Amino acid sequence: MANPLKPVDIVLVGFGWTGSILAERLTQTGLEVLALERGKFRDTVPDFATTQIQDELRYAVRDGLFQDPARDTLTFRNSVDQTALPMRHLGSFLPGVGVGGGGVHWNGQLWRFLPEDFVIRSHTEQRYGKRFIPADMTIQDWGITYAELEPHYDTFDYLCGISGTAGNIQGQIQPGGNPFEGPRQRGYPLPPLKRSYATVLFDKAAKEIGFKPFPCPAANTSAAYKNPLNVQMGACTYCGYCEWFGCGNYSKASPQTTILPVLLQRKNFSLRTHCDVTRINLDSSGKRATGVTYVDAQGRQVEQPATLVICCAWAQHNALLLLHSKIGQPYDPKTNTGVVGRNYAYQITSAVDVFLEEIMNPFMGAGALGQAIDEFNGDNFDHGPEGFVGGGYIALWTTGGRPILQHQLPADAPKWGAGWKKAMADNYLKSASIATHGSVMSYRDSYLDLDPTYRDIYGDPLLRLTFDFHPNEIKMSGFLTKKATSIAQAMKTRSFNAVPRVGHYSIVPYQTTHNTGGCAMGASPRTSVVNKYLQSWDVPNVFVMGSSVFPQNAGYNPTGTVAALAYWAADALKNHYLKSPGPLVQA
Amino acid sequence: MYSRSLTLAIAGSIAWALLAGAAVAAAAVVAPGKESNEVARGAYLARIGDCEFCHTAPNGKPFAGGRAIATAFGVIYSINITPDRDTGIGQWSEQDFYKAMHTGISRDGSHLYPAFPYPWFTKVTRADVDAIKAYLDTVTPVAQDDKPNRLPWVLRWREELFGWNALFFDEGEYKNDAAQSAQWNRGAYLVQGLAHCGACHTPDNWLGGTKHSDAFEGGSAGLHWAAPGLGVNIRDGVGGWSAAQIVEYLRTGANAKSASAGPMSDVVMNSTQYLSDADLNAIAFFLKNRPNDRAKSPPKTAALGTEALAHGQALYLDNCTGCHNPDGRGVPKVFPPLTGSAAIQTDNPGTVIHVVLAGSKMAAPSSLPTGLSMPGFGWKLDDREIADVLNYTRHAWGNRAPLVDAETVAAVRKDIEPSDRPSRDSGSTTHPDAPVNRANP
Repeated sequence: MANPLKPVDIVLVGFGWTGSILAERLTQTGLEVLALERGKFRDTVPDFATTQIQDELRYAVRDGLFQDPARDTLTFRNSVDQTALPMRHLGSFLPGVGVGGGGVHWNGQLWRFLPEDFVIRSHTEQRYGKRFIPADMTIQDWGITYAELEPHYDTFDYLCGISGTAGNIQGQIQPGGNPFEGPRQRGYPLPPLKRSYATVLFDKAAKEIGFKPFPCPAANTSAAYKNPLNVQMGACTYCGYCEWFGCGNYSKASPQTTILPVLLQRKNFSLRTHCDVTRINLDSSGKRATGVTYVDAQGRQVEQPATLVICCAWAQHNALLLLHSKIGQPYDPKTNTGVVGRNYAYQITSAVDVFLEEIMNPFMGAGALGQAIDEFNGDNFDHGPEGFVGGGYIALWTTGGRPILQHQLPADAPKWGAGWKKAMADNYLKSASIATHGSVMSYRDSYLDLDPTYRDIYGDPLLRLTFDFHPNEIKMSGFLTKKATSIAQAMKTRSFNAVPRVGHYSIVPYQTTHNTGGCAMGASPRTSVVNKYLQSWDVPNVFVMGSSVFPQNAGYNPTGTVAALAYWAADALKNHYLKSPGPLVQA
Repeated sequence: MYSRSLTLAIAGSIAWALLAGAAVAAAAVVAPGKESNEVARGAYLARIGDCEFCHTAPNGKPFAGGRAIATAFGVIYSINITPDRDTGIGQWSEQDFYKAMHTGISRDGSHLYPAFPYPWFTKVTRADVDAIKAYLDTVTPVAQDDKPNRLPWVLRWREELFGWNALFFDEGEYKNDAAQSAQWNRGAYLVQGLAHCGACHTPDNWLGGTKHSDAFEGGSAGLHWAAPGLGVNIRDGVGGWSAAQIVEYLRTGANAKSASAGPMSDVVMNSTQYLSDADLNAIAFFLKNRPNDRAKSPPKTAALGTEALAHGQALYLDNCTGCHNPDGRGVPKVFPPLTGSAAIQTDNPGTVIHVVLAGSKMAAPSSLPTGLSMPGFGWKLDDREIADVLNYTRHAWGNRAPLVDAETVAAVRKDIEPSDRPSRDSGSTTHPDAPVNRANP
């Protein structure tokens, strides 16, 4: 190994949303901050330029912006009695790589979790009794409240220029917004996006059956915007190339379009790309991190000393890094002890495709252009008669009408040949899809650990994912699908086609990139890796960001909560930890 | 003598045009203990003169020289003006420095090439020149030899500049015009002197000397960059801008009418963003109130064929509307409007060709840090297509400008490197040269 480099104050492992947020906040202290990113540098121009980004084959089909599984992957199995095999193609989820991380290729669907989501175990036990929660369900309170996070949700809303209609401002329910959301201190910075015709029809049908539909909050700008960092964004052009693409019009919030122009000019910030961090180094006591070791673009091992290490990588990668670095006790499902890798969770989705009489023009869309109802999310409804925990939103999104992957056909349409072509011609402009987006609870047998067989390019064990859908989730998703079907019925369709989620979880078809857990946060070191400030219980100068700290998953897209937690942790670092380093919560 | 000075004159004029080139500003540090009003004033004046940019090589040490200024005839390198005694100007007296600034004659008596804008600096007062020297005396000395210029042998005799100076150089400090206000005089002093705006924004005559009769009517900023006029002309100048808009542009690189590109982004980044409100206001006031500033008659433009116009419009809709909108109005203060834009309508289409071929990045000063960028289309549109789309934008929405032909686009393409594809070390599994959608004629 090369001699250690010059020490820095703070090293960030990974440079997507959380790394960018932490770097922007922590450089304000004057400390020297270094971000290490495994991928390449990327910016709106040239990497996501409008001259070439609308290339579905390159980016959506051939995974242009994602982690390359030939370089970096994990092994997967449904249950502990199976042998896990490496994921050799991306499928169910699509981790980002490169500057901006997944914050480049997301849709921009920006939600807050419900106040009850953060206290799910105590709330559920209180309302439905202790026996309502299945014995193997390992859900726990987060150790933090919605009220504590609210200012940080707000910060991120205004950083991104969120377009939407508020539903609850300081306890006052607002017309046209989501009446179920937690109270927010003020409205969204921008009005909602223009509606697609399909969302208008969804809105009408949902209202007819008594629901309260609202425009989905969007990190796609409905108008030009200048954020509190003085960074400018253009207005969304509804090109329909958000998800799995970078935005060439400066209108989808990403680290590049909201933070980096300011951050990259700060003299006490530096960024090194093509640096694959393999270890957090500890001193001989094992209680203090001394920095990180990474492999650079030339394949050299480099030691970078640092006073503070913050894991800002993709969710599962944070867990893997802790396991490799021997920080925290690895989780063992047999004995139900240990914490690192515990409480992996995901989300469960389903759809009802609708085929209409009128033309929808699906190609004019935006990643977060949708209309939703939230009656069946979290604990917004009485779970007693239903017998499951959790919920989700139901939405009609018009994200785009790309030619290869974005189209629906009636169930009875031919699968190939002239009949298929005719069905496609008949339905492309006249179809839409209602999506359900459901929570997944954490379970004793859903976890991450080190694979005993397969190793990565450096010779280290791959991460092993053990996960399946449980009856609670299948039941909940079926319930949501039925409710979505009721809206489809009210939409006066030619036909509709419900596609429920059934059977075992498969890692092959794309579902959602909302993987969570492995480094759960919580109030007790027995059941969590990090405390409420996202600080490692075991090594207090290591912090962990991202959805890896979620103790279970909620029925919303996670980026809003990921970002709010990052701002929350940044505040704790600035106001408390850096002034007096040490555990912020006594175990 | 005559023919030799002619050749030099042309080389020199091209060099001047390049003065506003690019580099990241490295803040010069005032040495401890030497702080004084004089030094601080000199540092500010050096910002106005944009000294550091030209006298710093890309990624080089501040003021150590070595920036290549490519001319059509060869390369001229800026010199080391740090106080290093052997390789810089550490041995220069105040008088030596003043003589160079005032007359273009170096300490050793040789003539400096007018890449060094002494025809403007001659107007700077002795007190200001001394302050700049006092400031330069405090910057970190760097031992770095000047690079020899790469010029054809016929241009290497600096004596030839004597003749050129006799023809085109008017020596003398700025004299206040008693009929004008103090603000006007301050603006005139800066614009015509230290800020050397005319180096790019005034046309050259056929010998490469400045056409004083056409002061600030637009000129060349090198490498095909056309500098718009600064006078009352609305079509191809800033005549339609209010004084406040001129100030906003110089402060941030953008206003509701336009956004900086190419060399002007560098001028904003290295010079004008640092100017005081009083000086920016004075500059704007002077530009809005120059005597004898008369509108030119619009150019006689050849009729644009309907077929070419339709082709250009189709290309515009496919490639440009996402940011600039179908009506050419852009997005206020984000993506600049093309309607009524001086940059679009300059007779010399160099800037718009350059920007369409290679893209452009706005200045990103701390007051407006985004640095919004336009991607290059050089890899995607051919010369004919670029000419057609430019002719459409130069004639749509009431715009008027001479026609652009494919040969002109080709000539610019030859001299610049239009490369704006995503970099190739991406995680992509698709070959970057995979077919791309092209706009249909």
